[in-house]
Amino acid sequence: MSNISEAMKAAVGTVTARTTSYPISESDIRKWALAVYWPDKPPAYFIDSAEAAKTVHGGIVAPEDFNPFAWISAGHESLIKNSLRAGTNDPDSTEKSLGIEGPGLTFMLNGGLVCEYGVRMRAGDVITSESSVGEYSEREGRLGLMLFSRSISTWTNQKGEMVKRTTGTLIRY
Amino acid sequence: MTVNVGDAIPTFTRATGFANWNRYAAVNDEFVPIHMDDEAGAAAGNGGAFGMGNLQWAYLHNMLRDWMGPNGEILSIEVQFRSPNVKGQTVTAHGVVTAVEGDVVTLDVWTEQQEGTKLAPGSAKVRLAK
Repeated sequence: MSNISEAMKAAVGTVTARTTSYPISESDIRKWALAVYWPDKPPAYFIDSAEAAKTVHGGIVAPEDFNPFAWISAGHESLIKNSLRAGTNDPDSTEKSLGIEGPGLTFMLNGGLVCEYGVRMRAGDVITSESSVGEYSEREGRLGLMLFSRSISTWTNQKGEMVKRTTGTLIRY
Repeated sequence: MTVNVGDAIPTFTRATGFANWNRYAAVNDEFVPIHMDDEAGAAAGNGGAFGMGNLQWAYLHNMLRDWMGPNGEILSIEVQFRSPNVKGQTVTAHGVVTAVEGDVVTLDVWTEQQEGTKLAPGSAKVRLAK
């Protein structure tokens, strides 16, 4: 039996939210680099402004995988009416945010990412993320019938330049 | 830098466990029980806690960046998370060149555990520094 309802199919393409970051700080970038390179030190161009000034970027830029929305954002605009309450770690949070019932599956995993990059993020940048609902699919896996749902996220900076466009796949079972 | 199809680029290796995952959770606010707690990870069918897909993603970027230097550019990357990174594994990011067009290079990229099982296979396209 499929976990993909007619309401879920109808939701594909819906722009769900627009989120704006606080201005990125060099400290944010340094901490991120320290975490993803730990226990070794990150490259000096993520830590030392003088080293970073020698690169084509002319200063510290964030690792491409940096997330300026972690912990808190400066603004969040839900573009969905009648959304249902859902916790961040609720497997049905995508559907509940759309105001429809989710499949009620118990577990979720990060199924994969596709990302196209534009300009780099740097200190002072304010990033806006626009999210939309991507396609649903499902197939049998080692843990039973697996539901694959995709979300599309486009980030731009304060100049309107594209920072990255990501399609994420969430696996639920 | 001269690059040819079939070239393997330098790898990026980390021993993984709570020490890495907790630091990543701290910067990404990713305090999900399956990554923090063995019971929650076991309940999800993976024997214990397991690492964030996003950290595997970061390791692949680190490998590409370390190879190209700060003036290279990652144009795109895609990865599937096929197998969990469980506690105690040594994870290595690999890349092999599959195409070269001027300064744009396409690679197969993946992370694997110490016994050679691929955790997160994918591909990437980069532009080398001039």
